[in-house]
Amino acid sequence: MERTISFTLNGKPASVKVDDERMLLWVLRSDLGLTGTKFGCGEALCGACTVIVDKQAVRSCSTPVKDVAGKQIMTIEGLGQNGLHAIQQAFLEHHAFQCGYCTPGMILTAYALLLKTPKPTHDEIIRHMDDNLCRCGAHVRIVDAIQDAAGTAKGGAL
Amino acid sequence: MNQHELNQLDVNLSRRGFFAAAGAGLFVFFGVNRVNAYQEPARLPQRQNMPSDLNAYLRIGADGRVTCFSGKVELGQGCTTSLAQLLAEELDVEYNSVDMVLGDTDLCPYDMGTFGSMCIPMFAPALRAAAAEARAVLLQMAAEQLQAPVERLQVKAGVVTDPSTPAKRITYAQLVEGKRIERHLANVPLKPVAKFTVAAHPAARKDALDKVTGKGKYAADFAFPGLLHGRVVRPPAHGAKLLSADTSAAEKFGARVVRDGDLLAVLHERPDLADRALGLVKAQFDPPPPTVDDKTIFDHLLKTAPPSRPVGAKGDLAAGEKVSTTIVEETYLNSYVAHAPIETHSATANIENGKVTVWVSTQAPFSVKPQVAQALGFTPQNVRIIAPYVGGGFGGKSAGPQAVEAARLAKATGKPVQVVWNRAEEFFYDTFRPAAVVKIRAGLTSAGKIALWDFNVVGAGEREADSFYDIPNKRALSAGGWQGGNPPGMHPFGVGPWRAPSVNTNSFARESHMDILAAKAGIDPLEFRLNHLSDARLRRVLEAAAKQFGWKAAKAPSGRGVGVACGVYSGACSATMAEVSVNKTTGHVQVKRMVSALDVGWAVNPDGMRQQMEGCLTMGLGYTLTEEVHFKDGEVLDRNFGSYELPRFSWLPKIETILIDNPGAAALGGGEPPIITVGAVVANAIYDAVGARMLQLPMTPERVAEALKKKA
Ligand code: FES
Ligand code: FES
Repeated sequence: MERTISFTLNGKPASVKVDDERMLLWVLRSDLGLTGTKFGCGEALCGACTVIVDKQAVRSCSTPVKDVAGKQIMTIEGLGQNGLHAIQQAFLEHHAFQCGYCTPGMILTAYALLLKTPKPTHDEIIRHMDDNLCRCGAHVRIVDAIQDAAGTAKGGAL
Repeated sequence: MNQHELNQLDVNLSRRGFFAAAGAGLFVFFGVNRVNAYQEPARLPQRQNMPSDLNAYLRIGADGRVTCFSGKVELGQGCTTSLAQLLAEELDVEYNSVDMVLGDTDLCPYDMGTFGSMCIPMFAPALRAAAAEARAVLLQMAAEQLQAPVERLQVKAGVVTDPSTPAKRITYAQLVEGKRIERHLANVPLKPVAKFTVAAHPAARKDALDKVTGKGKYAADFAFPGLLHGRVVRPPAHGAKLLSADTSAAEKFGARVVRDGDLLAVLHERPDLADRALGLVKAQFDPPPPTVDDKTIFDHLLKTAPPSRPVGAKGDLAAGEKVSTTIVEETYLNSYVAHAPIETHSATANIENGKVTVWVSTQAPFSVKPQVAQALGFTPQNVRIIAPYVGGGFGGKSAGPQAVEAARLAKATGKPVQVVWNRAEEFFYDTFRPAAVVKIRAGLTSAGKIALWDFNVVGAGEREADSFYDIPNKRALSAGGWQGGNPPGMHPFGVGPWRAPSVNTNSFARESHMDILAAKAGIDPLEFRLNHLSDARLRRVLEAAAKQFGWKAAKAPSGRGVGVACGVYSGACSATMAEVSVNKTTGHVQVKRMVSALDVGWAVNPDGMRQQMEGCLTMGLGYTLTEEVHFKDGEVLDRNFGSYELPRFSWLPKIETILIDNPGAAALGGGEPPIITVGAVVANAIYDAVGARMLQLPMTPERVAEALKKKA
């Protein structure tokens, strides 16, 4: 059904008049021009499209836009709007990416983890990140970066 | 005027137009090994405004910034960084003052493509020479300005000083200001690697900020007013022909429909609604005739292969057979493997004033250009291909069919058009790493030495089919491969280069067979390899890996679950050791630790090299443990990551990387070598753990469980 859906996007009010069954990923990328959120599989199998909705990591390719009405959405563009966030900084320092295509999804998935568990163990990181795919094999560095970000005061207090 | 000067004049004339557009600065043009394949093929139309004897050029601008223009592409392998390091090093400028412009056919000179770990061995020497030449030219100019002999001058961070009169200084930027200079000096010596301060040291990646902020643009991230998203009607199976299509429901939904010869597509201004429209097209296809499936493929390959070609021979096989007391014969199999980059094939095409620009995820923008030109009937001057950041290639983006689709649809609709393949299309149109069969017959003497080695590969290709071990009587045969030229129908779909083409298959077979022989001889597998190895570089990587791993000699199977494998790729030497645990009930294999030693001569960016090594080991676990394309009669049954499983975080072993420092040798690429040993090192460790020999990749839990059952 076509209707106006309002939400908070990266800290600012936003609304779109769309068919409310459409998936958030496409509304973000196409209607709203936020291309930092990536398409990888379209079926909630890779994590490239991960965004934060009310502090949870969500697969935007499989989230109808009606489900986010009235909620707080953060995309990679919203993280570190005032300078790099500790997780971004850690990814940058560890070179926790190669092609970088999975990176926004990885960073936001890690962000949700640190919100809930500020000092995760190695195993908790692995478990939390396990459904995010990286074809380039940057995994080792991603884990290190998350651990590092969790270690900094800023990372702990998001 | 001698011939060389005449040629030079010719080149300079053709550069005139280019200079008019490029502005002030010092330009150095350079070519890469003019006789090799990196030269622009003569049949290709000449680029506008650019001479044909160069592969890249660099410009030192009046703002002091140094820009390198090259047709290479950043796929994640880090060439933006390593090439900038080399440039900064030889020029003596700050690394941060170097900008790289890559993969744009209008701005960059011709490049064949970014693959085969060739960036560093082929391209880097020329880049270094050009930078050294630029530095020498600038020093000459500075000598005139400062009225000091060139020999006395020093350069640091782009500032030239005369130490005897410290007040005298001039910057590169001042030297080139307002001038358009093109000079050539021949045979300028390069810096010795030992004197390097930027290259051969870890560097911050140039693409880091773009990638952690999501600002980096990939081909699907370009948008224009009126942009339409095109979705192409695809056959359900390779070989299926379109009989009829009813597109009325899609049109009613609001989509545009384009029929252009063999291309039938729906377009919508929203990508997901284009998808929905595609779902409304009722298309009838003629089913293809039954062919092969993922089980019958191996017999099929043997039946359809062209005659084997000898690719290596030494001694006399019959003589080897005679002195052998034990003969071991095995057949090794591997399935088709997909590239599966997380970014699917994408392209955005925009036509303005009769000129088309296509942003496309490709490893070879210069080969996409003539294809687009031909498809549109445009002159090459009116086609610009830009490869922005590419979300992984691994050999799978060596062409750019989606660019042609987007461009054709843009022409047909008069609108900018984006084509992004979905995951099913990505699997369907992938040029897989070929399925292959390797038969090896080898003989051991009573003294535990290999006297006979007969290696026969079908399907994978010949690279590294010939063994580097010291074997008096050996032969290697190869039939068919990833390069094409296979008999029609041999591979039921497209095959092509996949990270270290041929060599994953051939190394898996060779290194597995070496282990079987070692076990038969009752000798520790590392020792057995060293007993047959006089190549100093290979010995060194093996010994370095063993030291780090803490390898303790034992005859396999020892129950510890440790394994070793080594190999060569494009001159680079790689050795890997691994420790695994095997669940004897489920057959599940967990790789617990991997130690990889690599000799690439010297690494331009050692940290970047380690990233590549880690990437190789992690990605390699996929083809080793789970990745195989399931198919039947031309239908690719894998449509997403549910059935085609990529390595994940929970698979991660502890990874340790060792870079062998060998600064006297040429620098080689490292994006591929460590992946070649992953299959065998895991197979060998599985054998060491449970005594079951795995002869087929991937070693899925089902296959491991079956092998265990067979053994018991
Ligand atoms: S695109 Fe959403 S999970 Fe892959
Ligand atoms: S960095 Fe390429 S997919 Fe993760």
